[in-house]
Amino acid sequence: MTELVLMLVSRTRPRLGAAYERRVLKFQDSAELAFRNLRESLLRNSLTTVGISVGVASLVAMLSLGIGLQQLAGRRLQKSGLFDTIVVTSRRDLRGFNREQDENGPAPAESPALDETARQKIEKLPAVVEVYPDIRFITDLRFEGKAHLAMVAGLPFSARTNDAFDGMQGRYFSSDDAPEVILQKVFAEELLGKLPKAGGDGTNVAELAKPLLGKELVMRYSERTASSSERGGDGGAAYSVTSREQTVKIVGIADLDPDSMRGQARARVFLPLKLAERLRVVQPSDFRDTTRNAGSSPAYNTVSARVKNPNDVLAVEDAIKKMGFNTFSIVDATRSLRQFFAVLDLFLGIFGSLALAVASIGIINTLVMAILERRRDIGIMKALGASDADVKGLFFAEAGAMGILGGVLGVALGWTIGRVINLGTNVYLKRQHFPPEQIWFVPWWLILGAIVFAIVVSLLSGLYPASRAARLDPVQALRYE
Amino acid sequence: MTGAEIISGQKDGISARNVCRHYRMGEAVIRAVDDISVEVPRGEFVALLGTSGSGKSSLLNLIAGMDRPTSGSVVALGHDLAKLSRDESAKYRLRTVGMVFQSFNLIPSMTLIENVTLPMRFAQIERGQRDNLARQALSRVGLGNRSNHRPTELSGGEQQRASLARALINQPQILLADEPTGNLDSKTGTEIMNFIREFNETLGMTVVMVTHERGLAERYASRMIFLADGKLVADQQNDGIGPNAGFENTSSLRSSL
Repeated sequence: MTELVLMLVSRTRPRLGAAYERRVLKFQDSAELAFRNLRESLLRNSLTTVGISVGVASLVAMLSLGIGLQQLAGRRLQKSGLFDTIVVTSRRDLRGFNREQDENGPAPAESPALDETARQKIEKLPAVVEVYPDIRFITDLRFEGKAHLAMVAGLPFSARTNDAFDGMQGRYFSSDDAPEVILQKVFAEELLGKLPKAGGDGTNVAELAKPLLGKELVMRYSERTASSSERGGDGGAAYSVTSREQTVKIVGIADLDPDSMRGQARARVFLPLKLAERLRVVQPSDFRDTTRNAGSSPAYNTVSARVKNPNDVLAVEDAIKKMGFNTFSIVDATRSLRQFFAVLDLFLGIFGSLALAVASIGIINTLVMAILERRRDIGIMKALGASDADVKGLFFAEAGAMGILGGVLGVALGWTIGRVINLGTNVYLKRQHFPPEQIWFVPWWLILGAIVFAIVVSLLSGLYPASRAARLDPVQALRYE
Repeated sequence: MTGAEIISGQKDGISARNVCRHYRMGEAVIRAVDDISVEVPRGEFVALLGTSGSGKSSLLNLIAGMDRPTSGSVVALGHDLAKLSRDESAKYRLRTVGMVFQSFNLIPSMTLIENVTLPMRFAQIERGQRDNLARQALSRVGLGNRSNHRPTELSGGEQQRASLARALINQPQILLADEPTGNLDSKTGTEIMNFIREFNETLGMTVVMVTHERGLAERYASRMIFLADGKLVADQQNDGIGPNAGFENTSSLRSSL
């Protein structure tokens, strides 16, 4: 016995002083006690945890569907080339896309020319990937001895990723100046003498491709060749126009319209851009240049600037406007699209959270039951010196532990559901002869966010039970045997 | 700290002044403790005697800091218990008093060692020390080989010994026992009482024990206080055993605490 006395006496620690410092059960102790309590009513706590994980899974599933769809739409837009392209025109043309632009800026006559120097200047702007002149002309194309009139446009080599060529028969240009053309379906039909069926895109591209691919077209055009006075460069520009022919091979038939942004001026035949430039086909602006004293280099009608990301469009547009050009882009469309997805995500998130709200009621119920069950234990702990904060901490730790477990399980479950749906969708898409798509995407921040959200919801659910347990009167709790 | 403490002059003991604890039960007011004044000097072994409902357990709860008086004051070791915040009274229960109950009140889901460790967790004793101290305490009450058993696997006497080890693990200066032998046969009851007497004598620990067995009080307590209907009816020294034979020997040890 004396040994016990000595043992107890020899321990040194601060005695109860007049001033009490605040002290709370250490985190590790709370966690340990919480886990042992959770193990005690294993079935009930497991069911509650499963409830949370189902809630988290539904939240993750809903949000990752929204994110996946948004990314799918984003990818589609990016590929369409519509939303990362700025069309630049000279003010001298007096036909800006936008009236206001003309009001603030240099007068058309004083604005700079849209020539090669200007193109290179625009290309040097940050976030600009490439700037290419827009070369298009209406010309005569002979196929098997018959003449057809069509709008021809140069396509930069980078346009091969454009989703307009997704359903293309044949292949893209072999190089940037190969004597090759890609036909739009409508023109292919015309060449073969097929009338487009009313009210539908009836004809199969594959059917059109068979008789056309590999065949040759003879393109007639007018070349602008420099005359002696142009070389002399004493003010006005002068040039000669020579009629030329160029034989080109049909390499592809495009189902969709790669030029849909152009409205009335949309092209039906596409050439590699470098080839189109080399041909030096007379452009409408050339005629104006002759009267305008614009210098010797030929000016472009329009150039297209492609930027890295649709988000860069506005900044680049501003910079180009400052250079004295008119610009046009479809950035507004992406803005409203983003807004649509923000609303969609919000609603999906709300529906996903509903399940988590139900789960949080489960937590409250479980913890309130635990208080009733462990009333006596709580009384004992308080009699032994547990403070309100200690008891509160224990119940918070239990709620938090269920939240962590439920969150992790839920993310795993939601991820699995996403994988299964991705798989199922792709099987369906394959049957419909569409390329596979990832419509379900779980970013890492959603994984972390969902777990944190589960913990926060669990702790909030633990607020009431914890404070109720902390307020328990030990005398009452221990009174009944 | 407070006027009450200075007036009482009982910085080391327990002093109750006109303490009342009334409960409201519907229309009726139950006077569980009704205007009791009592001084318990340090190191005394006091038995609170009375029939069931006499208010002895209510008085013990007031001294334990588990309950607050309706009026009057209880001052223990200089702390006016009615004036402590909830946190402060939790700390008082943790550091200053150890409690033993009739029904042992071990937590059934925990092993003995976990039960004994529990107050040290609240007191934030270092993890490394806890197990060691708890094991030593259990082996001193003869339960060294049962530390990993749950309370339900033990006899009543063993459970009460474990709860004694738990009550003393944070070195309290006051031991409060509420019918500690009430659920035990007389042989194991004696065993428990011998332990309590040893703590009282060797540690100079103030002991307040509630019991309804006068014989038990006469054998072990140095003073007997009789309660009836919440009032103090008699307060007498127990000449039968004489006050704390071993106390003088350990007073130097005590003061070093």
